[in-house]
Amino acid sequence: MPRFLDRATPACIASSLLALAFMTLPACSKKPSGDAAPSATPAPPAVEPKATEPKADAPLKVAFAYVGPVGDAGWTFAHDKARKEAEAAFAGKVKTSFVENVPEAADAERVIRDMVDQGNTLIFGTTFGYMEPMLKVASDNPKVHFEHATGYKTAANLRTYDSRTYEGAYLAGVVAGSMTKSKTLGVVGSIPIPEVIRNIDSFTLGAQSVTPEIKTKVVWVGKWFDPPKEGEAAQALLDQGADVLMQNTDSSAVLQTAEKAGKFAFGWDSDMSKFGPHAHLASAIINWAPYYQKAIKDALDGSWKTGQVWWGVKDGAIDLVSLSDKVPAATKAKIEELKKGLKDGSFTIWKGPIKDQAGKEVLKVDEKGEDKMLLGINFYVKGVEGKLPSGK
Amino acid sequence: MSELVLLLSSSIDSGTPLLLAALGLIINERSGVINLGAEGLMLIAAITGFAVALATKNDALALLAGAAAAAVFSAFFGFLVIWLNANQYATGLALSLFGSGLSAFVGIHYSQESLTVAGHHGLFSHHYLVYLAVLLTLGLSWFLFRSKAGLVLRAVGESPESAQALGYPVRLIRWAAVIAGGALVGLAGAFVSVVSTPLWVEGMIAGKGWIALALTTFATWRPARALLGAYLFGFITMLQLHLQGRGVNLPVELLTALPYLATILVLVLISRNPRWIAANMPTSLGKPFFPGA
Repeated sequence: MPRFLDRATPACIASSLLALAFMTLPACSKKPSGDAAPSATPAPPAVEPKATEPKADAPLKVAFAYVGPVGDAGWTFAHDKARKEAEAAFAGKVKTSFVENVPEAADAERVIRDMVDQGNTLIFGTTFGYMEPMLKVASDNPKVHFEHATGYKTAANLRTYDSRTYEGAYLAGVVAGSMTKSKTLGVVGSIPIPEVIRNIDSFTLGAQSVTPEIKTKVVWVGKWFDPPKEGEAAQALLDQGADVLMQNTDSSAVLQTAEKAGKFAFGWDSDMSKFGPHAHLASAIINWAPYYQKAIKDALDGSWKTGQVWWGVKDGAIDLVSLSDKVPAATKAKIEELKKGLKDGSFTIWKGPIKDQAGKEVLKVDEKGEDKMLLGINFYVKGVEGKLPSGK
Repeated sequence: MSELVLLLSSSIDSGTPLLLAALGLIINERSGVINLGAEGLMLIAAITGFAVALATKNDALALLAGAAAAAVFSAFFGFLVIWLNANQYATGLALSLFGSGLSAFVGIHYSQESLTVAGHHGLFSHHYLVYLAVLLTLGLSWFLFRSKAGLVLRAVGESPESAQALGYPVRLIRWAAVIAGGALVGLAGAFVSVVSTPLWVEGMIAGKGWIALALTTFATWRPARALLGAYLFGFITMLQLHLQGRGVNLPVELLTALPYLATILVLVLISRNPRWIAANMPTSLGKPFFPGA
């Protein structure tokens, strides 16, 4: 049995203290967990808040709270890129600032209150976990406008915004459908919430629009960001005959695994072409810049009002970029056509007939899927294999 | 190739870092020193290896750098527990926490950087370290049970007093074992961030160090059994992913827990027979040694 406090305890204590010191180092944070249960709390009707008229010459002060470091090249990086673009677009009229690595806990409320105290009148919180803190601070500061990414609770001065990632997934699916030889696709899933299920379904629908008999296999890893596990899951899918992979996780591990095996995959959230030059077919990306500029414009001209904003290809928030040379020209042309259709409203992804896994018709011929249904989606479409995990 | 062959092949890839780490820990523990800091060492090696790979584009150099970094921290750990007789369990835990904190801190600017990789897959096309790990297993078995140096190492772990009486420098031998074992643990950590998943993310070792520690006991400090255990763990890890892909009607949470459940089960089965453990466990494991006493 170890004698816990032995001789030479100073060394032991010193090393323990060192360890404690390092435990308190900034713990890197996670991506928001998406729109967990958007239908649970319906948005209150839009109420026109008192517009805060900026002084004629004083710039509008805008603050951003980020969950991760701006150097993460992923989620937070994309938000910060859009912030810089907005500052440039409104040169002289706005002054932006940000705080990075804000944990999704009590600290968030303190940071956001500080932002208010520093005179910011438009505040963005870029992760799901800031929902409650932002609600609290918003109710105490009715003259300040708050914007919360991926949440579902709103207030008179708190608006939510998110992007239609499933449109990117559908477009990727069209490419996958034209590239697969085994007619089997694989998706590495993170956490079975509606956002991710919607993306898996949309990816499958896109592929089936090219080759109707395509099947999609899904492996869940239970995390947003766990590269070794994502890689192993991707390997399992390849071993089972999938030859084009997609992922709703945040790293490039799936793409790298496909690269090693000589198969195909996509980039997700940001352009990942450099991580798997041979395997990379295209990247489905999110661009926050158009929304940030709209929100700032709203605040500047006094037209800001609450609501739930969900932007997609139409608004320039979602795109499929860096298509590989291996993708046939006809498919590339089709992608352009589909993007055009999404922009002018002539094309709808979720339009019947769409059947669920068991063959039950969920959308009748020409029936369109409402946002409400899409936000709460909890079934696989026909062609997706396996049982949907019950967990949220 | 059939799915089964591919499954076995990826199981070996998945089990290799565990095997390397377990071999390192066997060297440590055979000398009588238990190092609970394996997880932290693997993390330190992972970020070091990744950073070097990114800078030099040289796999071998990156793996060696990871091993070297872990060896340096092991030497420090060894200094505390062997020369200053700090409690091995507490110091090891401290090293584990220190390693995860330090690697996270150093790694901030490396998260979501990524290396491009060459292809390695199929039954006979693994990374060379996978084959090297098998050779190391054989080599270590030979060293421990067939060579004189191995006999001395085991003697130091069994009865340091006797070893000292015979004129062996117990503390130096233990220190060497801790450093060499630490280097192997580091090689395992660098393998994860350089070869398996060429990325860095905080905490990416995800418990492999702890699994390796459990494996060491499960393998009753024998390299060949560590190989079986590591491959078994890799097999079950990959099997559960395959089952998911096949749409097996089991909760994902349960499937994800399977490798750990299987390890616990095997551990329980092993400890049912105390003689199995007693016959192989280094008698002085975890006990400090005072040469003057």
